[in-house]
Formats: sequence, structure tokens, C-alpha cells
Amino acid sequence: MPKYLLLKHYRGGPENYTSVPPMDQWAPEDVEAHMAFLRHVSEMLEENGEYVGAQALTPERTWVRYGGPDAAPVTTDGPHPETSDLVAGWYMIDVDSYERALELAAYVSSGPGPGGEPMYEWIDVREIMTEAPSDD
Amino acid sequence: MLVDEGALRALVPRVLAGLVRRGEDFDAAEDALQEALLEALRVWPDNPPHNPHGWLATVATRRLVDARRSEIARYRREETTAYADPPPAAVEQGDDTLFLLFCCCHPDLAPASQVALTLRAVGGLTTREIADAFYVPEATMAQRISRAKRTVRGRRLDQPGDLAVVLRVLYLVYTTGHAGRVDLAAEAIRLTRQLNLATGEPEARGLLALMLLNHARLPARLDSEGRIVTLDRQDRSRWNSREIAEGVRVLQSALALQTDERPPGRYQIEAAIAALHDDAASAEETDWPQILSWYDDLVALTDDPVRQSPAAVLGRAVAVGHVLGPAAGLRETDRLSEVIGERHRWYAVRGHLHELAGDLDTAAAAYAEASRRATNLTEHDHLLRQAVRLRAAARTRPGDRP
Repeated sequence: MPKYLLLKHYRGGPENYTSVPPMDQWAPEDVEAHMAFLRHVSEMLEENGEYVGAQALTPERTWVRYGGPDAAPVTTDGPHPETSDLVAGWYMIDVDSYERALELAAYVSSGPGPGGEPMYEWIDVREIMTEAPSDD
Repeated sequence: MLVDEGALRALVPRVLAGLVRRGEDFDAAEDALQEALLEALRVWPDNPPHNPHGWLATVATRRLVDARRSEIARYRREETTAYADPPPAAVEQGDDTLFLLFCCCHPDLAPASQVALTLRAVGGLTTREIADAFYVPEATMAQRISRAKRTVRGRRLDQPGDLAVVLRVLYLVYTTGHAGRVDLAAEAIRLTRQLNLATGEPEARGLLALMLLNHARLPARLDSEGRIVTLDRQDRSRWNSREIAEGVRVLQSALALQTDERPPGRYQIEAAIAALHDDAASAEETDWPQILSWYDDLVALTDDPVRQSPAAVLGRAVAVGHVLGPAAGLRETDRLSEVIGERHRWYAVRGHLHELAGDLDTAAAAYAEASRRATNLTEHDHLLRQAVRLRAAARTRPGDRP
């Protein structure tokens, strides 16, 4: 069965379908509803036997590269830290088909925002490469 | 009969120390004892031994002999009889624990390795359990432990170690994990109890008291949905009064040993602060002036507290806020902005102090910033809830808005 990453982004990706303010400006009940939805997604994937893992990332990012011999690593926040792509987290799923991955990604995107309206956020779906087949 | 795993693991330090004192290699002895423990879990339910300690020592020794025999079989076939019967342990169990803790908390090891090795060699946990507690693959933890054992192997193990390092490692075990299959907090308390059988050091008692006095509040720390409940809102009837009573008793016995030359160290002071929180029947009855006075002692332990113990200065800022007013508390946090001004805790404390001052919008903004910087999901969600709660409160009290 193919595995997919369903990536959520802090920023980047296609133009937003709806405009949603930062979560700390939502009404308390909307925040609770959204958190409940996130718990529900993980539980549903586990019950379906489709869950592999889920992680959230902090928004702090540092780009780093080898500095050369005898030099410290070189770090930077990036050329355009405000507009560059920034991953917020992911679900890793193990599903029957690409279509099923899209179906689940769309469901993740339907999570409730302010006023309980779906957020319509873009989900980045990436297939994971499998191990090379063994010799035997 | 079911095997009492706690009682089984309590035998580990004595057996292992016995093997090492007899001249066995620490690394090999530890492996052999792990195998003996697994064997015990398999065999004891049907055939409980009369002398569990002797049983483990004998089986571990047999494993050591087997391992050595297969190693030297190429050269010689004898050399087995000398290890068949271990001499009875001549020393007290407490000394064994201390001896092993000094091995496992060797200053040459990185903290993560000290913790892992302590949990396995002194705590008797399996590699799998330790891996689960730290959310890393079992192979990764196995590698970390075997590298740590290799580092310790060449070192002389008969030197007295550094008790301060041991205390720090045990506290790290305590603070690392309250979730998962393995309750590391309870394990840390068990190990610190064993340590206290071996040493009369006031700081070892202080650490045990600190753990007990914090652990007592654990049942009230999360609600039924796993959300953090702050100290001022906790249901104090759910606190463990037995642990509080013991913690206070242990702390008093430590403080009784203080002299002018040896004032209480950080663990005794932090335990005293925890005891004052535990002692308050309600949040309003908290003795903040007394807490502040202990914080004064805590920050006085280092020459440059802002740089050397910023967490203590931050905790003191909260106490200052409650005793001298939120504005004074916020001024204290200003001093820390260059040291921990990037950290979520700094913003969280400022959110708390702004709320205390009635400045709900500023408090909400600080909590929102704190949640963005949190690295723990439960804390992130808690700080976000604080922000939205305060924004909602600010909306219903429009007069307060700037």
C-alpha cells in the first residue's frame, strides 16, 4: 500500500481560498472545536488502520549549510522569511490508493475555523518512495 | 503467581554492583543481568525462587560465563569454575546504588546517555521501555546505551563520583516524562529514595522532597480531556496528601542539617517553595512573601543569576508580581529579555503578570506569542487557550481596552 505525507503549511502554497485570522484571535469555542477536530482526525485514521504518524513543527526555522573546512556552519533565516514556504506539520498515512489520499487530505482541509466554517486550507500531498525491491 | 516487577527491579543495583565489585566488566555484567531479568519474568510465575537476589546473581553469572566461554572457546575450553558461585554481597544495598549511580552518571557522558544508562543499569528498565519513554526507536536507544557503556568501561569505578551530577540526572529523569507507558517521574522518585538510603546528603533529601511535593499535585494538573490546569485553578482535594506529608518531613530533616557554612542548596530551596504552594488551602491563601524570600535565597546561590539560573529569576519575578505588584514583576522579567526573551516561558510569565495587572489585551498578546514558541503540544494548546480566553474577556469588558 502506498504511503503519503499530508503536509500542512504555516505559509506558502496556492492563494488561500478563505482568509482566516491567526488562531489566537478566534472565539474560545471555535478554538476548542478545531482542536477536537484534530484529535478526531488522528483517532479516525488509527481506527481505519491508515495512521502511520503525525507531527507538528514549531514555526521557528533556521537554514544551515556546511561552512567549509575549519569554518563554523553558516546559518540564515532565508532570503524571504515572510513569504517562503513553511511546513507546520503532517500526517503520514498508509492507504489503498492515491484517490484515498486525496479524499483524506480534503477531509483534513475541512476542519472548522471561525464560526465553525470549514477552513478550506490547502494540503500538500506527497507520496513517499518505497524501499528498493530486494534481490530474492 | 504474577511477578512484582517493581520488587524485581529493586534488586538490580545490588546484583549488578556485586558482579562489578567481583571484577566483572560493567558492560558485560549489565547485559548479563538484563538477560537474567527477562529469564526471571519467564520462569518466576511458575517457579518463584526462595532467594530472588541469589537467583538473579547466579543466572547472570551463568550468562557471563556462557558469553566468555564462547568468546574464548577458540583458545581454551576451561576457565569457568571460578565464576560458578558468587560470594555473598558483603556491603549494604544503599552503597551498591550509590556505586552504580556514580558509574552511570559519569561526567564524561552526555546527559541523555547518563539518563538512559541510569534507567537501565540502576532502574532495571528494558531498552524498549526506555526507548518508549523518550519516543525514539529501540535500536537508537540500544546504540546510545552501548556507546555509554563503552565510554564508562575504561574508567576506574572505585572513585567516589560527583553527587551533584547524580542529583541532576535523577531530576532530569523526573522532569522528562509524565506520559507514555513508563512513568519516569515515579521511577525517578524510586531511585532517589534508594539514593537516600546510601547518603545523608541534605541535597539528596532536598531532591526527594522536591519530587514528592511536585508529584503530589500531578493528579490535578490535567483535566479529563488532557488540558493543563494552572495551579490557581486546580482542585486541591485531588492533591496527594500522603506525598505532601512525606515531602515536608523529608525536607525538614534536610533543613535541620544546615549550618552557616552549609546553607540549603537549590533542591532544598525549590522543595521549600513547592511545600508553601502545597500548604495553601486555596490559591488566595498562598504565602507569597515567604515564597519570595526563598526565591531570594535561590537566586543568591549564583554570582550572576540572570545568566546562570534564569529559570530561578523568572520564578522569582512571579513571586515579586504577587508581593510587590505586577509592574514590579514585569520589571524583573525585563532583566531576562536578552537571555531567555526568545523562550515561550518568558512570554507566558509576562502574560500572567499582565493579566494580574488587569491589562487583558497585552496579556493575550503575550500568551499568543508564548504559544507560537512552545515546543510541547500540551503547553502550546494551553497557552493558546489562555490567549483566546483573555481576548474574549477583553471583548466583554470594552471599558478596559486602551
